[in-house]
Amino acid sequence: MPIYLAKRLLMMVPLLLGITLISFVVMHLAPGEPTDLQTQLNPEVSIELKERLRAQYDLDLPLYIQYGRWLGRLARLDFGDSFAQDRRPVATKIAERLPVTILINCLSIAVILAIAIPLGILSAIRRHSLFDRGTTLFVFIGFATPSFWLALLLMDTFGVRLGLFPIAGLKSLGFDYLSWWRQLLDLAHHLVLPVFVSAFGGLAGFSRYMRANMLEVVRQDYILTARAKGLPERTVIGKHALRNALLPVITILGLSVPGLIGGSVIFETIFAIPGMGKLFYDGVMMRDYPLIMGILVMGAVLTLVGNLIADVGYALADPRIRKA
Amino acid sequence: MYLTKRLLLLLLPLFLLAGCNRQEAAAPAGQLPAVTATPVSGDTILQGSSGDATTFLPVLASDSASSEVNELVYNGLVRYDKNLQYQGELAESWEISPDNLVITFHLRKGVKWHDGAPFTAEDVLFTYQTYIDPQVPTAYAENYRQVDKVEILDPLTLRVSYKKPLAQALISWGVSIMPKHLLAGQVLTKSPLASAPVGTGPYRFVEWKRGEKIVLAANPDYFEGRPHIDRVVFRIIPDESTMFLELKAGGIDMMGLTPLQYARQTESPEFIKAFGKYRYPAFAYTYLGYNLNRPLFQDKRVRQALAHAIDKREIIDGVLLGLGQEATGPYKPGTWPHNPTVRRYDYDPAKARELLAAAGWKDSDGDGIVDQNGQPFAFTIVTNQGNDQRSKAGEIIQRRFREVGVDVKLRVVEWASFLKEFINPGKFDATILGWTVPIDPDGYNVWHSSKTRPGELNFIGFRNAEVDTLLEQGRRTLDQGARKKAYDRLQEILADEQPYTFLYVPDALPVVAARFHGIEPAPAGISHNFIRWHVPKSEQKYLQ
Repeated sequence: MPIYLAKRLLMMVPLLLGITLISFVVMHLAPGEPTDLQTQLNPEVSIELKERLRAQYDLDLPLYIQYGRWLGRLARLDFGDSFAQDRRPVATKIAERLPVTILINCLSIAVILAIAIPLGILSAIRRHSLFDRGTTLFVFIGFATPSFWLALLLMDTFGVRLGLFPIAGLKSLGFDYLSWWRQLLDLAHHLVLPVFVSAFGGLAGFSRYMRANMLEVVRQDYILTARAKGLPERTVIGKHALRNALLPVITILGLSVPGLIGGSVIFETIFAIPGMGKLFYDGVMMRDYPLIMGILVMGAVLTLVGNLIADVGYALADPRIRKA
Repeated sequence: MYLTKRLLLLLLPLFLLAGCNRQEAAAPAGQLPAVTATPVSGDTILQGSSGDATTFLPVLASDSASSEVNELVYNGLVRYDKNLQYQGELAESWEISPDNLVITFHLRKGVKWHDGAPFTAEDVLFTYQTYIDPQVPTAYAENYRQVDKVEILDPLTLRVSYKKPLAQALISWGVSIMPKHLLAGQVLTKSPLASAPVGTGPYRFVEWKRGEKIVLAANPDYFEGRPHIDRVVFRIIPDESTMFLELKAGGIDMMGLTPLQYARQTESPEFIKAFGKYRYPAFAYTYLGYNLNRPLFQDKRVRQALAHAIDKREIIDGVLLGLGQEATGPYKPGTWPHNPTVRRYDYDPAKARELLAAAGWKDSDGDGIVDQNGQPFAFTIVTNQGNDQRSKAGEIIQRRFREVGVDVKLRVVEWASFLKEFINPGKFDATILGWTVPIDPDGYNVWHSSKTRPGELNFIGFRNAEVDTLLEQGRRTLDQGARKKAYDRLQEILADEQPYTFLYVPDALPVVAARFHGIEPAPAGISHNFIRWHVPKSEQKYLQ
């Protein structure tokens, strides 16, 4: 096992290098440069000034030197400073945005699981019933609804007309003056609409998986055995079938770990939530190379680690893989 | 004064740059029965901002969100007043030498920085040095590099000399003056002032929650009197629909409306009761520019024909829902440089066909497209993505051109690629773009024949010896009468030559909650007397 682990870890190094190299090159292939936003079509900027600005960002050096320098910094776990006008460290910028994104993603996954699993089980048990067809319709409407449209509709209904929920942002104006539990309440109040919107679209996938797995499992012999033993249907489904049907879902859940740090631009823009999606999008639009690379590297590392954990998990469960 | 990437973003922020007149306002005019005797202090104004600020160092800030905040926190030596005339701010008065080469500023006494330190001529000198420092990555050095020297005569007197007269010399000192005692001897980009500015202006910086809000509080010691509104909060809401819903729900008090919101979504009696809508021409115009290096557009009659083929009114009605006016030249109607008597091109397809025929373009093969030597008249208009108004205008123009036998394709390209692949290398036939109009009429960078290198602003390749001379004259004299004469002639030539077909000047459409009184629309917009806006006690919404 240690040898297998060491092998896998060692393989991650060239893989990561390859990912960063490709990202770096592709990023520079896109037309436009970080200084463009400031200098392009700006009547007050002379050509000499443009050259000087480029030099300040090292953009006048050959690409391989730029990559080498970036790699050197990364080896010291330094993502560098953002090319945006504030010139702040990339790590700080990411650290500011990460908690909100993770919070919303975790909440929305929790909501999805809490709704999708029972939905999936029930529709599997009552296959082809009115309930099954109804939920199918419902979750696919959720899947097909554009989130920005749903968000605006909910904001207009619950925010403007009924005044029940705040429309945008995550905190009230006087947030800092509230006691901690009022702050928590305020945050929860603001989170209702965004979490609902982000969960609504994800229901379809999970509930369908759950339904399919359940249908698969209830056909198995051990379920027949359980029923033959005379166990009540509740126990047969809730205990014997459910546990087995959940296994693939847990695998899918494991694979969605890297997704926890990713945010959706459209969603964050609509709700005015400062998250990772908007940070990355703005970074791309401004050609903020260090920021783009920082986020890509984080995503790559998380994906690789996620895969490793999944594989190690399999290896622990299945001796055949260990020897391979 | 940079090109507007998305006119929709061209909301209030830019107009704040147009100068803020903070002199004592007369009794609030235009407010019907609710004229209050003496304005009282209090309340908070929540402004919607579509982008977050980037840095509050004025020398580095080039985005509108940062500039909007800096406008309230910092002061310049001079500014434009509500009628767009020069007015002293940190400078009490100034003298310009008869040869227009030396300006002597007399600074205001007793002005204090927000941290209590006194403001002196040293701060002005330091600001100037920062702008010309090659280590400082600023995009705004050009005007200051023309300065020969800056001398401090005494702590409140400053003399600036130029080698050649520069028309923009005076207003270039409207730049935000930065505090020397907090910035000297530091690496500028690492200064704490980048995220917590300290200025001399009417509002003090309180806090910046990135991506969420920026809070400012009234400066009780402001030299023109304490602003009436206690707090200004900029809420960052990137989506325009969300911002509009927030406005209706009371989550923000002030924003710029889109034409659609102004014309169709704000007509209900409740809305009109709760908000004041304003409308005035923006400092911007949209145009169709022809690449004059292409043989297709070298004949003036062709460009004139195309101008006659476009129905500008139709574009304004269709794209701006009528909320704009026809543009005839590069200056804003109603401002002093604007020349209203230039040649106009009415929508006249017959005339357009006639002019095309005169230039040798006739439909000889009967396919509906005019041709010459077997070549049909066909070209592509490029414009940038993210600006619906431009692509819609393009579609309307496309249809009208087809009617006179000109076959046009429309291509919409992402901004960075649009500049790099099409505009900068000059690889385009025609383009729909917009410029913001600076208050100072110097158009040297856009029209002078020396500015046609790749990446420069005369990317259509317009070369006209008389225009070059006029532009030189205009920027080297400080006499407004002489400048007007030069720029009037410039507009006549542009109207005749039609290097651009000037399409429209959109309206700025700000909306402010009705509880704010004292708003006076003026040529400079509505924000010029912001510190005199106030809310009567009974209508105040936020305490603290």
